[in-house]
Amino acid sequence: MNQILILFAHPAMQKSRINRILIAPMQEHTAVTFHDLYAAYPEFDIDVQHEQRLLTEHDIIIMHHPMFWYSTPAILKEWQDLVLQHGWAYGSSASALRGKRFLNVLTTGGGEQAYSKAGLVGNTVRELLVPIERTAILCGMHYLPPFVVHGTLNMSDVDATRHAEDYQRMILAMRDDEIEWSKIADCHRINENLDDVLTRNGGSQNA
Amino acid sequence: MHDGFFYQAFIYLSAAVIAVPIAKRLGLGSVLGYLIAGIAIGPYGLGFIGEEGEDVMHFAEFGVVMMLFLIGLELQPSLLWRMRGPILGMGGLQVAVTTGIIMAIAMIAGLTWNISLAIGMILALSSTAIVLQTLNEKGLMKTDTGNTSFAVLLFQDIAVIPMLAALPLLALSATNAVVTSGDDHSTWISGLAVWQQTLVVFGAVAGIVVGGRYITRPVFRFIASTRLREVFTAASLLLIIGIALLMSSVGLSPALGTFLAGVVLAGSEYRHELESDIEPFKGLLLGLFFIAVGVSIDFNLVGDQPGMILSLVALLNVVKLIVLLILGKVFRMGFDSNLLTAFALAQGGEFAFVLFSFAIQEGVIPAQTAAPLIAVVALSMAATPLLMIIAERLILPHIGTPERDEEREPDEIHGENPVIIAGYGRFGTIVGRLLTANGIGTTVLDLDADNVDMLRKLDMKVFYGDASRHDLLHSAGADEAKLIILAIDDTEKTLEIVHTVRKHFGHLKIMTRAGNRLESYKLLDAEVPHVYRETFDTSIRLATDAMELLGSHPYQAHRAAMIFRRRDEADLLELASMRHDPGAYITTARERIQDMERTLTNERENPGEQRDVGWDSESLRADFGESATD
Repeated sequence: MNQILILFAHPAMQKSRINRILIAPMQEHTAVTFHDLYAAYPEFDIDVQHEQRLLTEHDIIIMHHPMFWYSTPAILKEWQDLVLQHGWAYGSSASALRGKRFLNVLTTGGGEQAYSKAGLVGNTVRELLVPIERTAILCGMHYLPPFVVHGTLNMSDVDATRHAEDYQRMILAMRDDEIEWSKIADCHRINENLDDVLTRNGGSQNA
Repeated sequence: MHDGFFYQAFIYLSAAVIAVPIAKRLGLGSVLGYLIAGIAIGPYGLGFIGEEGEDVMHFAEFGVVMMLFLIGLELQPSLLWRMRGPILGMGGLQVAVTTGIIMAIAMIAGLTWNISLAIGMILALSSTAIVLQTLNEKGLMKTDTGNTSFAVLLFQDIAVIPMLAALPLLALSATNAVVTSGDDHSTWISGLAVWQQTLVVFGAVAGIVVGGRYITRPVFRFIASTRLREVFTAASLLLIIGIALLMSSVGLSPALGTFLAGVVLAGSEYRHELESDIEPFKGLLLGLFFIAVGVSIDFNLVGDQPGMILSLVALLNVVKLIVLLILGKVFRMGFDSNLLTAFALAQGGEFAFVLFSFAIQEGVIPAQTAAPLIAVVALSMAATPLLMIIAERLILPHIGTPERDEEREPDEIHGENPVIIAGYGRFGTIVGRLLTANGIGTTVLDLDADNVDMLRKLDMKVFYGDASRHDLLHSAGADEAKLIILAIDDTEKTLEIVHTVRKHFGHLKIMTRAGNRLESYKLLDAEVPHVYRETFDTSIRLATDAMELLGSHPYQAHRAAMIFRRRDEADLLELASMRHDPGAYITTARERIQDMERTLTNERENPGEQRDVGWDSESLRADFGESATD
């Protein structure tokens, strides 16, 4: 069973209806650690040792956050700067993170077509996530395509709940190795067609 | 008797008050001023003071005793340990080589070897009083010159003990021993055998160390808890006089005894208090001592053999100068500081007076040999400030290398801490601990003797003392410090200290603790820029945690608290400026409270209307909502 760490970052939860729905089921699964960074470090005084211990204890690392200015909320940058130390996370002698799997789970206000060459943004989500991808690779992790929820600005609760179910199915499948790891690498985003990559139609039931 | 006393006091004080400021204004320094005053009122000047000048000198030697006590107080054993190189090396060689050369000269002049050795030892010493006072006045104490001079002087002061012990031995081989001619010079232990005397001497020294370590502290604490400043001063004086008496009674130098006591008390919490209590007495007595040296110069003797005396003075100065210059070179001193040190230490010292009279009494040196030498020492002491001026103004500008001194890094041996904390109760303790934990040195003053005692037991460097006294602040290093933190819980007292600091230590930044809003206003009125309400941040933290406990997201609670704090502090400043107009004050205060409530309520009820709009999607939805569908 893979241990999964969700590093969640949203500075204003009271303003994020969609993310409240997405994370609601995440606190209650075995082998899944939900870690709200803004709650743990409201004053940004990140406990580096604790964070590093968490990382070593998990096999799959997920950064779950809204897209802010084509990047992450501030605390995730602070987290990277402090936690991913040279000699521990990367460098010739570092091996703490080697072989772990890494992905982003993110929400965007705009629709998917905005994130294309012809769209409003002009770049794909994968392109915008390149700094994080490079970071993960430098740390020796396998970078997986992101799980993206587009169009949250106008999303209905029904659609949001559907995304939350997908999110949960993906997490449980990853935990139980019921996902075709080789197949996901080709996805643009993991939830493009989730059923295709889940081997047993995923576990929509709580474990 | 009383008339006589007041008359003498009047003469001495007038001489000092007239001569010293003039000498200072002329750039000659206070020491020279005192000496000139002494010569002027002495038997060979205006004749106001006759033979009684001798007695005054004995009395004024007490200034030297106090000075050594104060020097001892400055010398933490660790500091002493760090200076062991210059003290033993430079100091030891200076005494040994100078003694040897002077002894050789004396033997060439036809004196026996034991008299020559005694003279050599006595003349090798320099004047702690004159050198330190002069260097201090010139601001050279913290330079290389100051450090080296101090090291050499310290070794000399210590060397006096073995000298006192060795002088009677030299008499054994001398044929002309005058056995205790003056009864007033003999001490009660003179009758004992040598080994018994030695035992008594060691016993006295051990008594000072043990007593200083274990008895003075509870006694001072008891006295301090009465909070009667003058009683503490009396106790400080009593301590020094007591030690001086003890030392004299066993035949040791009182100066060394008090120096030892000073070192023992250097780590004591009462160090700064003792320092500032003794300092004025030391200053006056030292001045008196310099005057007495001036008075005591026997111009009759000088007049009889002016050539001999003056060439002896020159010889003494030249020998010491050359020895010091060579040693300075050996110990790789910079040229400038080497030259200044050599000129500073080139005279005979006040211990020479003591040692000469001791040597005469022990029959080591005949009185007729010693008399001109005493005059030589006095004259060389008087010449020192002049020599320093010559070295500084005439020699250095021509052959010195002025830029060298600027390149040299400031020496930290005597460096005090950058932060002074006044008040070390529940507030100051936290401030001090955080600063200390981050390598920022703090000097802590507290007025509660029991608290000081308790903190001392926890190995914290805390000193007993009233921070509103500028002399105490001075002792605590306010001249070198950058910041003073007033963490006491008495606003009136805080204002008093603010006033004192502004007046005497204008460069010090001030940070203050304030009890409540009203006290903050008082401090802000006094234009103290950094005012901290003692319960403000704690209350905010509690409220933040309360919000969390009630279910708020921690980061929201934190943001709310930060906004509250920022606004409340802005309001405090605004209200402080208008609090003397009661009408406007009440109105504005009400408005501000309502503003604050409105801000926070709005935030709660209409998320995003006021705060952290950057994270809100409402306007985004309005703007891009149409195009954002999947």
